[in-house]
Amino acid sequence: MRKFLYSVYSFASVLMLMNFSGCKPKSAGDATGSDAAGKVYVAPGKYDEMYNFVSGGFSGQVSVYGIPSGRLLRVIPVFSVDPEKGWGYSEETKPMLNTSHGEVPWGDQHHLDLSQTNGEIDGRWLFANENNTPRVARIDLKTFRTAEIIEIPNSAGNHSSPFITENTEYVVAGTRFSVPLDNENGDVPISSYKKNFKGTLSFISVAPKDGEMKLAFQLLLPGMNFDLSHSGKGPSGGWFFFSCYNSEQAHTLLEVNASKRDKDYILAVNWKKAEEYVRQGKGKKVKANYTHNKYSESTHNATSTNEKETIVLDVKDFPDLVYMIPCPKSPHGCDVDPTGEYIVGSGKLAALIPVFSFSKIQKAIANKTYDGSYGGIPVLKYEAALYGEVKKPGLGPLHTEFDGKGNAYTTFFISSEIVKWSIKDLKILDRQPTYYSPGHLTIAGGNTKKPYGKYLIAYNKITKDRFLPTGPELAQSAQLFDISGDKMKLLLDYPTIGEPHYAQMAPADLIAKNSQKIFKLEENKNPYVTMGEKNSKVVREGNKVHVYMTAMRSHFSPDNIEGIQVGDEVYFHVTNLEQDWDVPHGFGVKGNLNAELLVMPGETSTLKWVPKKTGIFPFYCTDFCSALHQEMQGYVRVSPKGSNVPLSFSLGKNSEAAEEALKK
Amino acid sequence: MKKLFFICALALVIAACGGKVNSSSTETSGETGAETAGTTEQSGYDPNRGEGKFTEVKLGEKLDHAMAGRGKQVADLKCTSCHKLTDEKLVGPGWAGVTSRHKAEWIMNFMTNTDVMIDKDPKVQAMLEICMVRMPNQSLTDENARDILEYLRQNDGVK
Repeated sequence: MRKFLYSVYSFASVLMLMNFSGCKPKSAGDATGSDAAGKVYVAPGKYDEMYNFVSGGFSGQVSVYGIPSGRLLRVIPVFSVDPEKGWGYSEETKPMLNTSHGEVPWGDQHHLDLSQTNGEIDGRWLFANENNTPRVARIDLKTFRTAEIIEIPNSAGNHSSPFITENTEYVVAGTRFSVPLDNENGDVPISSYKKNFKGTLSFISVAPKDGEMKLAFQLLLPGMNFDLSHSGKGPSGGWFFFSCYNSEQAHTLLEVNASKRDKDYILAVNWKKAEEYVRQGKGKKVKANYTHNKYSESTHNATSTNEKETIVLDVKDFPDLVYMIPCPKSPHGCDVDPTGEYIVGSGKLAALIPVFSFSKIQKAIANKTYDGSYGGIPVLKYEAALYGEVKKPGLGPLHTEFDGKGNAYTTFFISSEIVKWSIKDLKILDRQPTYYSPGHLTIAGGNTKKPYGKYLIAYNKITKDRFLPTGPELAQSAQLFDISGDKMKLLLDYPTIGEPHYAQMAPADLIAKNSQKIFKLEENKNPYVTMGEKNSKVVREGNKVHVYMTAMRSHFSPDNIEGIQVGDEVYFHVTNLEQDWDVPHGFGVKGNLNAELLVMPGETSTLKWVPKKTGIFPFYCTDFCSALHQEMQGYVRVSPKGSNVPLSFSLGKNSEAAEEALKK
Repeated sequence: MKKLFFICALALVIAACGGKVNSSSTETSGETGAETAGTTEQSGYDPNRGEGKFTEVKLGEKLDHAMAGRGKQVADLKCTSCHKLTDEKLVGPGWAGVTSRHKAEWIMNFMTNTDVMIDKDPKVQAMLEICMVRMPNQSLTDENARDILEYLRQNDGVK
């Protein structure tokens, strides 16, 4: 098998050299070492070393890959409806996609962050953001399901999110677009940007025990664009850093108008201090309107709550809360090394990488080594905060992660490469081409105090020439590198779903051991649960009909239902009585406009169906469940509105009405 | 794929529903049944006790009604969608007489160590050929299994 893989690889390499030698970068074909196949080969029945959680960009979902194989293990629905899992289709999950604008069936998922304890990945939760309709989600890694989604008011384009503090005290959500606040009159000329548009940074607290999120406070800032962020750690643990661009405060043709100044800023936020001010009641309560959606694993139901208020601290009123650090030029990534001392800015239009020193920043603040102010916020002198610059690293630096051995790895979007450099002396150690235009990159724990510096994955925006063509649209891609030695080695590239923005990686044993296999029937508190087949029934309440149905290999109970009328709202509450791992049952009924269900072992899930025609409507299990899977089916008889066909249901016998009919 | 693999054969058991089932595939399944039994004899496997954590189950002479009552509750939730209390096969074999056909240890091991027993036990494999659905592991606790055993004894006439 290995030999075969090797020969596939070398054949591919030769093809690349023959056909695509004109592509950039030039070494596209020979970058893969001959031992690469062996290093990514995970034999049948063996597990991968790492979980890799990859943001799904415009797909709205999160995908989970095994590393080093690059095998797709699961797609977790978060901000978009997902037909495979019934997400947003079952009555129980519909509230999860609710927002103050109504149901948003398709979102734009950008970044991810794994929960941490003491600055290390703890394997409990994964946080995900939605950019377009600003939201932050918490995914429970016991079930790999979205447990909670909170909308962010006074915000637009939730880009610098959902980055977390080193004990998961807060998840942040910085606005990309400055806009008038929600409670103000937003009907203003766009050209009044400087006067009426404001930026907010939101701090969402996370309850240590169950992870429940709450919008704790928001910082009000001058109008500009906030891009990315990372929390400090260790000595800088009480601080947060946000990159900002458009300090020009332009509102049109930003491509030109937001690139005029030589330097924009990295904003340093003393969040411990902000927390203290809020505790002292110094924040201002402001009217807001945003939703908070929670999914309960005991009731198997989501609830959507309207929140009415938020606490705002206007940074102008608190001079020791935030500081601006000049950063060349239109900074994008803003990354803190494992020691917490170095903050790497990446001016996406700059031909250098500035590295700032946390201790120098503190000194500059203490000595007021300022270079004026911006919107009432002190601006530190560039040189006073700077540790040093990485000279001529490449074109278009975007993101940096760390291997825990004193090295930093930065993606270069324009020159399509990853550059490894030493934090200590800022010297370039290695560079490897990528295919093509990498955005984010990830190293397991690469943004924490404890990186597992074995693999690096680059997430690329362009994949032309890399895979078989599939029409005008090609999958975006990930490229896996071995970084255990002095030089990076390309091992594998594989397609991803949507546009991978950020990603997180964690050793498998941190997460796999906690994985939940079933939902215990005894703990099922869904109000429409059917506890055992004997309790299955059909109940009419006016024009609503509740079907309490059970599913077990290989039948539904009941499987014959009569007395349903055209226009009834029929709710199939299907309880899966299985208590065995990996045995979901599906449920589909002909012509339903709201798709299907997929019900996990021990779970109850509800499908709403409004029949529009009379007739016989079959239903069946959509997930192959046993040798008698095809037999797992049933019929619903739909009669005209006002019909006198009595409501009846049965399993294993004919209804009384049918017996009557047969006698005749 | 995994599920397909899972599914390609198997059934549900506990008692012998053998000769009483009208199955159109009885003839062919008889042949393959003999083969299966012949090739899967495990060294060290005790067909009387089965395989699992229960080596000795002490049964009272009289029925423990509280236990049987609890057993009925669990069985109604997790078992009776496939098993009837009579000797009639539903998805799995009927329960009547099961406590005389199998030792208590065998029954409790099968309830809690289901997959292993399906793969090893000759009687279970013969049953699988008839029922064609593998008995699911219903994640019963040891106490659940003991309570259900008492309920099965009640069903078989122990007072």
